[in-house]
Amino acid sequence: MLLTILSGLFTSCSMVFIGKHLKSRWSFVLPILPALLFIFFAAHVPLISSGNQQLQHFSWVPSLGVNFDLRLDGLSLLFALLITGIGTAIFTYARYYLKGHIYFDRFFGYLFLFMSAMLGVVLSDNIILLFVFWELTSISSFFLIGFNNDNQDSRKSALTALSITGLGGFFLLAALILVANIAGTFSISEMMDSRALILDHPLYPLVISLLFIGAFTKSAQFPFHFWLPGAMKAPTPVSAYLHSATMVKAGIYILARFTPILGGTDYWNYTLIIVGGITMLYASIHALFRIDLKGILAYSTISALGILTFLIGIGTQDAFIAAMVFLLAHALYKATLFMVTGIIDHETGTRDITILAGLKKVMPPVALAAGLAALSSAGLPFTFGFIGKDLVYEATLHSPLNDYIWVLTGLAIVTNIGLVAAGFMAGIKPFTGKLPTQLEHVHMPSKSLWIPPLMLAILGVAFGIFPAFAGNYLSIPAASSLTATFFTKNLQIWHFNLILVLSIATLLLGTLIYVLNKPSVAKLDKLAKFDKVSPQCIITGYANDIVRFATWFTNLFHNGYLRSYHLKIILFAEALLAYKLWVSGPIKLDLWMLTYPDIYEVVIVAVLIGALYIIVTTPSRLTSVVSMSVIGYCICLIFVIYSAPDLAMTQFTIDTLSTVLFVLVLYKLPGFINFASKKILYRDALVSLGFGVTLSLIALKAWSEPISREVSNFYGENAYLLAKGKNVVNVILVDFRGIDTMFETVVLSIAALGVYSLIRLRLKSSERE
Amino acid sequence: MKSPILQSASKYLLPILLLFSFFLLLRGHYYPGGGFVGGLVASIAFVLHSFANGTAQTMKLLKRKPLSLIPIGLGLSTISMVMPMAFGLPPMTGLWFEHPIPVIGMVGSSLFFDLGVYLVVIGVVLTILFTIALNNEEENS
Repeated sequence: MLLTILSGLFTSCSMVFIGKHLKSRWSFVLPILPALLFIFFAAHVPLISSGNQQLQHFSWVPSLGVNFDLRLDGLSLLFALLITGIGTAIFTYARYYLKGHIYFDRFFGYLFLFMSAMLGVVLSDNIILLFVFWELTSISSFFLIGFNNDNQDSRKSALTALSITGLGGFFLLAALILVANIAGTFSISEMMDSRALILDHPLYPLVISLLFIGAFTKSAQFPFHFWLPGAMKAPTPVSAYLHSATMVKAGIYILARFTPILGGTDYWNYTLIIVGGITMLYASIHALFRIDLKGILAYSTISALGILTFLIGIGTQDAFIAAMVFLLAHALYKATLFMVTGIIDHETGTRDITILAGLKKVMPPVALAAGLAALSSAGLPFTFGFIGKDLVYEATLHSPLNDYIWVLTGLAIVTNIGLVAAGFMAGIKPFTGKLPTQLEHVHMPSKSLWIPPLMLAILGVAFGIFPAFAGNYLSIPAASSLTATFFTKNLQIWHFNLILVLSIATLLLGTLIYVLNKPSVAKLDKLAKFDKVSPQCIITGYANDIVRFATWFTNLFHNGYLRSYHLKIILFAEALLAYKLWVSGPIKLDLWMLTYPDIYEVVIVAVLIGALYIIVTTPSRLTSVVSMSVIGYCICLIFVIYSAPDLAMTQFTIDTLSTVLFVLVLYKLPGFINFASKKILYRDALVSLGFGVTLSLIALKAWSEPISREVSNFYGENAYLLAKGKNVVNVILVDFRGIDTMFETVVLSIAALGVYSLIRLRLKSSERE
Repeated sequence: MKSPILQSASKYLLPILLLFSFFLLLRGHYYPGGGFVGGLVASIAFVLHSFANGTAQTMKLLKRKPLSLIPIGLGLSTISMVMPMAFGLPPMTGLWFEHPIPVIGMVGSSLFFDLGVYLVVIGVVLTILFTIALNNEEENS
């Protein structure tokens, strides 16, 4: 299982080197990896569907409890099959869709990265691992949405999506850490045993609120849904893969995964029902007003995600089965519809449903795929969508909330009516009617484009005719993972009872609305008037406020004047040190302990003071630099007197070199003129004096306090025993604290690179002029 | 303002200072010295040469940009850091040859680490100073 994640990551990285060669002739190898992974996971179906699960353990950071633990159970398997199966279709499709694009290799690099990250999310059994992959999906999604990086809208949408999902990621991390602290483990399977402990903990409401925010942002639940329609700026294969079939379902996955650990309480159930209910209704009605094919699909996807949240909220076994069946059905038909939309866009250059019509004459197989998917989405009998819808009604009718059964069922019916109409708008409308003259030149797309969606659409029908097959092998084992006990159930093609009546009524009303509803630009404009109160406006408003505050705050400290930075840094250090000194109590100074200074100490101090006086008064930069180095050498002498030869040597060389550096830079500066007013001079003098006084006090304090020699004794004793060195200073640098030294050298290198690039690159641009 | 005295002095001082810097590097483990100071002394040697003969001449003497010393040094330090992992020990464990090598003395992984620091320091100092100096010279000419 580890290999399934790593192979994708590795391929993604290797695209940098081999991507160029895969652009044209060799691009057929690209879908092979997801196909192989699909076969690998499919081979696990018999094992998992009989109620087993597979665990793998790799130590990563065992001291922190962070391990590379992987677990394959029903839920993970369903998701893994969706990711790799739909992945295979998408990779095949995208290979033609983006043929000849200059960033073809880059696109597939991101796509492989995403696939691995998503597999990582669903296979992780360790919450830290889960979080790492979770963030990786957000990041790869950011790159894919902003793939057309010369388009401003696309960049903006990518940023919105990343901000929203990244924000949610923070909340999720907080929730995960809290829950891990309560349960005392990072392992998800071990948390199952601590369920009672977690539910009784006073922090439980906080934990699940944070978890909800994480899941809702990822799965585009109201009021965070608005990033998803924006994310449709991505190339269509991406919308199909990330933003309908897999990534947006990661939030649902988290909810499902934590249902056996955190779920089942009133707080959990009611929140999910309410949020899911609002989302599904709001989005399904919104979808009817869209005229962009992708817009319709985006809103109907949000609505479907709402249904899934809603079902998990109901929390009965029926509801879990319904959720898992609906998840599969939705992934199949929605990916198909997206790919069909991509084909239409690719061939006709428009996605406006008020223009598109009659395309079945020019591309019959595409029309077939779209038709089947639309029917599945509408829930016609003998499609998998029908089974899904049946189960949804069954779940709402048999929900434990007796008083609200009809409210819940009503919500589900209205939502489904909207989805029926939206499905027809996207899958039937562009293909029926009279072919407009401007579309007559349209020709059949390449086979690679229409075969993947057709396969998925046919699969949707096949599952509908043999629901027991899909149920027993995929959906029921997945639903079992949510209840923590394994169960089996045979899915029926239909029930002859109230549910069938409701289904048929939904279908008829949906069709009616489809026929009556004529979406147009005018209606869309009317809707836009409500934008001021929409969550999108409110949240972006807050985001803008934050940006304004950040700008103001940055300008306050980051004004570009070196002297101002120095002043602030020194003042801050002074305040901090003075506070610490104040807190630590008075300095007990025994003046009798002081010895009389030697004559050379007096001489050095005299030279120091003289040099200082020259620095402060001289009108020449060169003089002040030389005086500075005089001070440096004096300090160096003090080191020598107090037997610190290593320090003295370093100080000496550093001082020499910094004087050289100063002289080189001075050369570039204009003549020295003193602009500072008296007031500024006094202020600076005060700050410098304060700093000197603080440091002197600290030195006195250090001298008067009893010294702990534990650390220095350790180094002294062990330098030769452990590191075979007699010079303790050097042993500390290269051995005991070698990592520090390593990173210090890295910092130095970065500084050198900075100087080099600043000066050299600036020259080059001036040369160009 | 090229002084013949400085020029001929630097001709002899450069190798001597470089040798001295290497000596500092090698003795670092037992007596005052080490890669950092050694690197600084070596840079001073080159800076002295550039004062006497002009930065362009020193760059010619170096053949390569001092910038290229940085990755070599960082690489050397990193290798010596992870090397013990190949023997199943935690990173940064000191590995030592059993017998001392004539002139150099005991050789171990931390010596290579220090050598890496030495090279990085030379690379960094010379890159910063020479980039600025060359820039000044170019603007003058």
